[in-house]
Amino acid sequence: MNEVLVRMEGIEKTFPGVHALSDCRFSLTGGEVHALIGENGAGKSTLMKILSGVYQKDSGVIEIRGKQVEIGNTKHAQSLGISIIHQELNLMKHLTAAQNIFIGREHDAKIPFLVDDKQINEKTKKLFEMIHLDLDPRVKISELTVAKQQMVEIAKALSFNMDVLIMDEPTSALSDSEIEDLFRVIRKLRDQGKGIVYISHRMDELKIICDTVTVMRDGKYIDTNPMKDMTVEKIISRMVGREIYETAHIHGDAEKEDVVMEVRGLNSGKKIKDVSFKLHKGEILGFAGLLGAGRTETARAIFGADPIDSGEIYIKGERVHIKHPQDAVKYGIGYLSEDRKQYGLALGLSVVTNTVMASLEKFTGFLGIVDEKKTREIATKYVDRLQTKTPSIDQRTRNLSGGNQQKVVIGKWLVRDCDILIFDEPTRGIDVGAKSEIYKLLNELADQGKSIIMISSELPEILRMSHRVAVMCEGRITGMLRAEECTQESIMRFATMRA
Amino acid sequence: MADNLVIKLKPKSSKATQTLLAFASLILLILIFSIASPNFFQPENLIGILLATAVNGILAVGITFIIVTGGIDLSIGTVMTFGSVMAGVFITMWKLPIPVGVAAGVGAGALCGFLNGFTISKLKVPPFIATLGMMMITKGLNLIFSGVKPVYFVDTPVFAKIATMPVFGIPMGVIVFFVAAILAWFILSKTVLGRYTFAIGSNEEAARLSGINTDGWKIAIYSLGGAFAGIAGIVMASRLQSAQPALGAGYELDAIAAAVIGGTSLSGGEGTILGTVIGAFIITVLTNGLRILSVPQEWQMVVTGLIVIGAVYLDIVRRKVK
Repeated sequence: MNEVLVRMEGIEKTFPGVHALSDCRFSLTGGEVHALIGENGAGKSTLMKILSGVYQKDSGVIEIRGKQVEIGNTKHAQSLGISIIHQELNLMKHLTAAQNIFIGREHDAKIPFLVDDKQINEKTKKLFEMIHLDLDPRVKISELTVAKQQMVEIAKALSFNMDVLIMDEPTSALSDSEIEDLFRVIRKLRDQGKGIVYISHRMDELKIICDTVTVMRDGKYIDTNPMKDMTVEKIISRMVGREIYETAHIHGDAEKEDVVMEVRGLNSGKKIKDVSFKLHKGEILGFAGLLGAGRTETARAIFGADPIDSGEIYIKGERVHIKHPQDAVKYGIGYLSEDRKQYGLALGLSVVTNTVMASLEKFTGFLGIVDEKKTREIATKYVDRLQTKTPSIDQRTRNLSGGNQQKVVIGKWLVRDCDILIFDEPTRGIDVGAKSEIYKLLNELADQGKSIIMISSELPEILRMSHRVAVMCEGRITGMLRAEECTQESIMRFATMRA
Repeated sequence: MADNLVIKLKPKSSKATQTLLAFASLILLILIFSIASPNFFQPENLIGILLATAVNGILAVGITFIIVTGGIDLSIGTVMTFGSVMAGVFITMWKLPIPVGVAAGVGAGALCGFLNGFTISKLKVPPFIATLGMMMITKGLNLIFSGVKPVYFVDTPVFAKIATMPVFGIPMGVIVFFVAAILAWFILSKTVLGRYTFAIGSNEEAARLSGINTDGWKIAIYSLGGAFAGIAGIVMASRLQSAQPALGAGYELDAIAAAVIGGTSLSGGEGTILGTVIGAFIITVLTNGLRILSVPQEWQMVVTGLIVIGAVYLDIVRRKVK
């Protein structure tokens, strides 16, 4: 029988205005991969941040290998053998991979105030080999994709000889093959007797990789079960405590006739090559492909965020020149970035301000004075309509969960009357309950005649939502599939098809 | 499929390109002025340029550390003068030996830097405000300690000669500058302090979560910047053969300009000492060359201002192209 590595009991944590955790417990045994799941705001991340020393608990008991400890900070947690990989990557982008991994431990063995880059590069190389990562330790983080940065984070955690590894949504930005690599590493660590806490919203993954599952809801512990006794349905009903909206999408409902947007021969740098497609009224056009296939770049080019080398864009049959996002917005195109926090929201500002941000001129009267009352009305309307969970419309968006932040962004573009909405990874980092709400919302928008481009790396999402699917590989569209032609296999075939 | 996803990346240095560009601009300036005036490329004038760069160069090298952390120090100009004044107080007023006076000057600078660092990291006052306050404080202290008049090094003619004393034909002040620059280069690129300077500027929270005592290191970095200002103060005092208490305000802007021209990013995380040194030389060569061409001083300022904006704009254009 393996040793109990972590035991947390009666954990309480309150943030200003939020009772984040009440009487929470959690225990982790060596040699298990323990799924910790719950909707956003359920308190999983908070609980794990307490275990890893990022936050301090208000009360409760933490035992590591049977010994009671007070974890004061992250360094202390590391010395107890606990490492965490945060969902929001914590890397210093101007530093190299090796410098990031060994930050705080880079000094020369003999002369402690000097850095020994040679040594840390060699050590990093070895760590990379452990996770089958072909990467130069001297590469700067700013030059890496999110997926590669995540791998660097994993290598960093590995470098601490940890007993307990907490992974918060480790796969949200990884491609299938990278997930395979990650799972291989996780299994290896598990077989070495380490305990792994795995926070994820991807149900299919939990079944594959996890041995035990603990469910949390509204800051409370629900229960812990062996994964083999659980089904996805059982887990979900525990998570949400209610029935979830599930409808099989009705595919191919009537041939869509009206072409709302047409892109012809779009080229941009090395990222996009000869991309052409049509988008119809009321259509959800899925964009599938592996990481780096050029989907986001295509969206950004159409939106005017990146320069176009050549190619034509037609909106409702009319040739348009989009040189700047301002132009795109004028033509009724809204872009919802995969990185909501960086590009989608002004996190320090309220729900109201964010909601009206893209269409402020609608609410300004004489002398450019903003009509406060009108903005509040419209914000309230969209909070209700999108069922955004927020204590008030004056709440700063920083304090909302991922799914609710996404709703605020959607609201922003709806207020702007956009007919074409480009969603880039709309459900990234969003939990199951909120995900199905977002799906429902996308379907409603399409039914109302909005046209949607949905970029997604999750094949089930693509299959479920799309009327048609454009598959990209290495900057080209390699396949355009109707919904009935779509299977995971057919998409993957085109996604790996070289030109 | 796996190899499909592997993106081969070579470590490439955008900093190196920026430094190279700055260096090319410097050479170009020297060429232009040499052609435009026979008086420019003369040994005496070149030595003059070196000596004129020394003070701003030392200040700029010190502030590079602070700017790389994503911070700013508006007080280094008056802190520099504080160093001069303290040296004057120790040597002339209190009749203490020169080395003690020099140590007092450098130490006074470091102390101001320490207080800046403390105010910024522990009291969480934004760097702009904290160092603006320190600028005013030292401006006042300079007048108080000196009795509102210059302190002349009348009893110690040796001190007054140090800066200009030639060593192998190069004035000592310039040598101090070069040694300071080499020391700074070493600290920034080879030591733990340098590594954390970049780490803090790149992502302070990530550095903190990696178990680094970011507050402590920030205090150390501001102290270092202050110490460099103190060294600049000593060179300044020796060159002027006196501590001029009313001097100093405005020097910080030249130092910031030198760092920025040299490729240091005001948003932190990027910068090199070599770039800053070249930046400092660009400013002096420009001022000197324009003066030799009899361009009035007021126009020299206008041109320098345009160069600062131009240098940063070029860097932005270059990044976009890449």
